Amino acid sequence: MDLRVEFAGLVLKNPIITASGTFGFGLEFANFGDLKRLGGIVVKGLSLKPREGNSMPRIVETPCGMLNAIGIQNPGVEAFVRDKLPLLPWRETAIIANLYACSAQEFGELTGVLAGEEGVAALEVNVSCPNVQSGGAAFGQDPTQIRKVTEEVKKRSGGKPVIVKLSPNVTDIGLCARAAQEGGADAVSLINTLLGMAVDIRSRKPRLANVVGGLSGPAIKPVALRCVYQASRAVTIPVIGIGGIGSAEDALEFILVGASAVQVGTANFLRPDQAFRIVDDLPRTMLKARCEDFASLRGSLVVS
Amino acid sequence: MVRNCREVKVRELRFLGAWDQPSDFVELTLENPGWDGYRPGQFAMLRPKHWGLELSWGRPFSISRADETSVTFFFQVVGRGTERLARLKPDDEVIIWGPLGNGFSAPPETPTLLLAGGMGIAPFRGYIEKHPTPEFLRLVFAHRAGLDSYPFQQLVGSVRAETVHEKSPDDLPMIIERLQDEVRGAHGGIVLACGPLPFLKTIQQAAREHQVRAELSLERSMACGVGACLGCVCKNGQDKHVQVCAHGPVFKSDDVHF
Repeated sequence: MDLRVEFAGLVLKNPIITASGTFGFGLEFANFGDLKRLGGIVVKGLSLKPREGNSMPRIVETPCGMLNAIGIQNPGVEAFVRDKLPLLPWRETAIIANLYACSAQEFGELTGVLAGEEGVAALEVNVSCPNVQSGGAAFGQDPTQIRKVTEEVKKRSGGKPVIVKLSPNVTDIGLCARAAQEGGADAVSLINTLLGMAVDIRSRKPRLANVVGGLSGPAIKPVALRCVYQASRAVTIPVIGIGGIGSAEDALEFILVGASAVQVGTANFLRPDQAFRIVDDLPRTMLKARCEDFASLRGSLVVS
Repeated sequence: MVRNCREVKVRELRFLGAWDQPSDFVELTLENPGWDGYRPGQFAMLRPKHWGLELSWGRPFSISRADETSVTFFFQVVGRGTERLARLKPDDEVIIWGPLGNGFSAPPETPTLLLAGGMGIAPFRGYIEKHPTPEFLRLVFAHRAGLDSYPFQQLVGSVRAETVHEKSPDDLPMIIERLQDEVRGAHGGIVLACGPLPFLKTIQQAAREHQVRAELSLERSMACGVGACLGCVCKNGQDKHVQVCAHGPVFKSDDVHF
């Protein structure tokens, strides 16, 4: 069975990509599966300079999901290029860099560092991380800003596909997707986490030091599916589905509503080989769904 | 050393403590998932296979001991995960990934003081078993629940061991003083500690004051256990965030900033 998907100038072995922030730099999982079998790996969000991230506690388990407020702790883009990228199987698996910055200009500079890297297959722009004050959230919630940032990254991307990762914390996700398309994005990926909160009645304190954080996991899957459905109808560029995907069946659901590929995030914490298991399960699940290839499944939802 | 993720069967689950009282203290033995060894102080993530999606994470536990056929953990029921784990039955399947983290130093022929607080005794069982020169080890165990709630008896006989019982909060100053004295007395050797945060802080402070080499094993909630999610960080000696799962859980005492 042909599991390949092609979109936005990328050719992936299969539509299963690991989501940023849930799979480290990929190498952390090399003991648990062959990284080359994944469709792609989106690495931990990168900033121009190293970032220490937020204070602890940073994560809380919630029913069917979790909240996180890590704050883009990362060693900086240069350390990634120098120390991590050479160790990744980038010839066999698409390595997608995830970019985090606080201004359009900084996004441009960051892109400049990665544009010339042969090992980077595409750039994913984080305009929606809700964790850092005065950070991504502002971009992601304003279509004009989304377009501006997309243009800035696209200008300096050296021909690499640019994927804009959208926040669900908006009134009209279609509008945001369209803004990315107008800015020249080659694809959009969605959804990033939903802004949430958890508190402790005994200590009367928030469970995250950052007070609020991003909700992810199966709890958000219906919201994600709806957003992917709406975004797919709003734009002509490919859509990558993200949000609570933990099985091959989930992956097919997102493709059915219009996604070209999917990202597996919080499910990587169920067990460290989960993304590999989803790849293994694809052929069987496709047979069950009487689906011969992803191209014919994509967007084939029957709405009467 | 092999590090893997496998589904293995529960061999035995038993509650420790007085026979006529309900117990929160659990000893869980699983089939060995094909490890070729481990370093005492390392941990593993456990997730019963039948767990649905309600709980998103596995649970990290210090490896108490392991041999060619089995791996044993000790835990106390404290929340949603451990409550469910305590209901496991023989032959239930558990997903286990490990061994994870770094482990304690085990310098041979070096006077080594093991300081355990409560469930912090867990890693020392395997440590004592595997140590090349156990006659150089001494264990001081501070505990709150009855002694038979912990895997303590198994250690007696193989190593010099003493206990300190915290019967009420009034005993705390005495325990702190005892720990300080013990650390001071360990000068020239090494102190290894595992226990609750205030316990570790006391030991760190005493080690610094008396210039005693010490290693502390930290406890954290974890999502991935492998260094990816960055949810379990502590501050190191340079005040930088490092993952407890990947850079620890054992840290040189000077290398943790509480």
